[in-house]
Amino acid sequence: MSQRIVSAAPPPAEPPSAAVIEGSAAKKIEGRSPWRLGLERLVRDRAAMISLGVILLVVLMAIFAPVIAAIVGHGPNQQFSSTGLTAIGQPKGPNSTFLLGTDDLGRDILVRIAYGARISLIVGIAATALTVVIGAVAGLVSAYFGGLTDSVIARFIDWLLAIPFLLLAISLVAVIGPSLTVVIIVIGFFGWASVGRIVRGQVLSIKEKEYIEAARALGASPWRIMFIDILPNVMAPIIVYATLLIPLSIVTEAALSYLGVGVPPPTADWGQMISAAQAQYQYGAWWFLVFPSLALLVTTLAFNILGDGVRDAFDPRGDQLFV
Amino acid sequence: MSTESAVSAPGDDDVLLRVENVVKYFPVRSSQLFRRQRDFVHAVEGVSLEIRRGQTLGLVGETGCGKSTLARCIMRLYDLTSGKITFDGHDISTLSRRTMRPYRRDIQMIFQDPYGSLNPRRRVGSIIGDPFAIHGIASGQERKKRVQEVMELVGLNPEHYNRFPAEFSGGQRQRIGVARALAFRPKLVICDEPVSALDVSIQAQIINLLADLQQEFGLTYLFIAHDLSVVRHVSDTVAVMYLGQISEIAPTSQLWDHPRHPYTDALLSAVPVPDPDHADQRERILLVGDVPSPVAPPSGCRFHPRCPKAAPTCVEQEPVLQPRLGDGPDHRAKCHFPVADGEDISLARPTISAGARIIETGILADSDASLTGLGPRDGS
Repeated sequence: MSQRIVSAAPPPAEPPSAAVIEGSAAKKIEGRSPWRLGLERLVRDRAAMISLGVILLVVLMAIFAPVIAAIVGHGPNQQFSSTGLTAIGQPKGPNSTFLLGTDDLGRDILVRIAYGARISLIVGIAATALTVVIGAVAGLVSAYFGGLTDSVIARFIDWLLAIPFLLLAISLVAVIGPSLTVVIIVIGFFGWASVGRIVRGQVLSIKEKEYIEAARALGASPWRIMFIDILPNVMAPIIVYATLLIPLSIVTEAALSYLGVGVPPPTADWGQMISAAQAQYQYGAWWFLVFPSLALLVTTLAFNILGDGVRDAFDPRGDQLFV
Repeated sequence: MSTESAVSAPGDDDVLLRVENVVKYFPVRSSQLFRRQRDFVHAVEGVSLEIRRGQTLGLVGETGCGKSTLARCIMRLYDLTSGKITFDGHDISTLSRRTMRPYRRDIQMIFQDPYGSLNPRRRVGSIIGDPFAIHGIASGQERKKRVQEVMELVGLNPEHYNRFPAEFSGGQRQRIGVARALAFRPKLVICDEPVSALDVSIQAQIINLLADLQQEFGLTYLFIAHDLSVVRHVSDTVAVMYLGQISEIAPTSQLWDHPRHPYTDALLSAVPVPDPDHADQRERILLVGDVPSPVAPPSGCRFHPRCPKAAPTCVEQEPVLQPRLGDGPDHRAKCHFPVADGEDISLARPTISAGARIIETGILADSDASLTGLGPRDGS
């Protein structure tokens, strides 16, 4: 292989030296990562940006809940039996003291909604994080190692998906006792199966790529290949699915609290408030039901629209997800 | 380069790589329920070859004949079903992933697909820096410096360190692949059809680059291709594979001038001739049928269902890969009835029954879809 190929044809398009020269002019073009491109697409998506604004408002409300409480002068669990209730002990409608009215115990609904946002966001984010981490690791390990490992994990996922989640969650919380941590763990543990399936499917196709073979040829360990070579390639679907999981977790938490197996009273929580409001609605206390429901609706809707925007931005061809 | 090589060479053996009787079967997942018997794709069956230091062995054969499988067996990306691979005097055929690690620095691979072989989510600097990172050689600024040296070596602009593979052309991407493989100055480089995915003008550049690097660093190449003119240009020795076996192996000029195996003869006659007048005159040898299924390879000589010279012996008895018709010891052919110089086998007619020549195309088509390890990508 000593002689070089010398062609009589015009010089090829990119001889080594030319490639170097061409580079000096091309240097100004900055390499944009797929993440940058996705973010730029997301920023141009108006609906997603409005949703992001709404979410930021909810987050600010949650963070500054004590400030809101201080301004209106009502603590979240403070019961105003004289000023907050009518003469016959019914909740008071929106007025200058209680901007969104009071509940059946004479507590300020505005302040309780602000505090409830904390619970919803904490559960939404913590449960989603737990779900995504367990799901991603399980999916990666299952698909990459294959064989018996894969069979065991895949059957376990099938088993998880076959369980009637709400019934199990109710009985579990009833046995362990309700608390914020229990709610997060229950949602996270029973929610990862779908993430695991998505990641597994993606990894199954990615692990057959030649660059994975190249990494193995260089002597990379399985863990290095999984987390350095494969994981960045499945991050897009994971992030998209995670943004759609947050509202799901929030709603699930609200449902558990509504059923009385979520966050225990007297902690302010949207699901609990809706549940309590049901008993009062027939006596005309519409504000008690409407405002917490609206808070839940707006928050989850904003997360869902943002999630759709994230999916469009990071998976523009729409062919990679939800296999 | 010798300071970095992790494996010391015992003695001054001239043979860098010795492959002995390597066999690789892939289990076929049967589509039929309750079928007890497992079938296997006989991807590589009893291949033996040697590569001397600083030389290039060309490996040719049509798609699905086991070339890439053999390459991946040598790379130990696949476990061998049986056989022995000796690299630089060390038996590497049964090493585990961990014990194989030091040898990975001395055996590297250049892949066929310049698109599939580079991780789209990682920057070029980090891809080429992988060998340094994986073996813990250099980090931080030191790694960057060495990566840029390698980039310069293969004709890439070191300024492009932070770019993504998508920002390069096919030829440049293949240079990235070459840079990654050569980061450690390996002793043996397995080139798995390194130019078949490139434009012809770019092919020449990559081949020239490989030739320059071979001269500069004394590299040894196993060069896999199905383009015979490329193989002829780069190789010192050429091995022809058919259905998982080597049917002929010889020094390049010897093989082109005196093909002994009818399959080699047919392959060579299919090479396009640039001169149309000349092309009209020559006799093309047309093989009938398709390659038989590697799940159930034919008995005796594997080429007999398609061979124009097939005789009953070919069905019954497997020929041995050995020198024929008074050739030297380095020219061996696996044929009972080798082609003599000047013989025109396009005139030959087989003397076996038609039944033995029925080519089971249906089986190949069916099994192809259900093969686990022999998809279109690694089937060659």
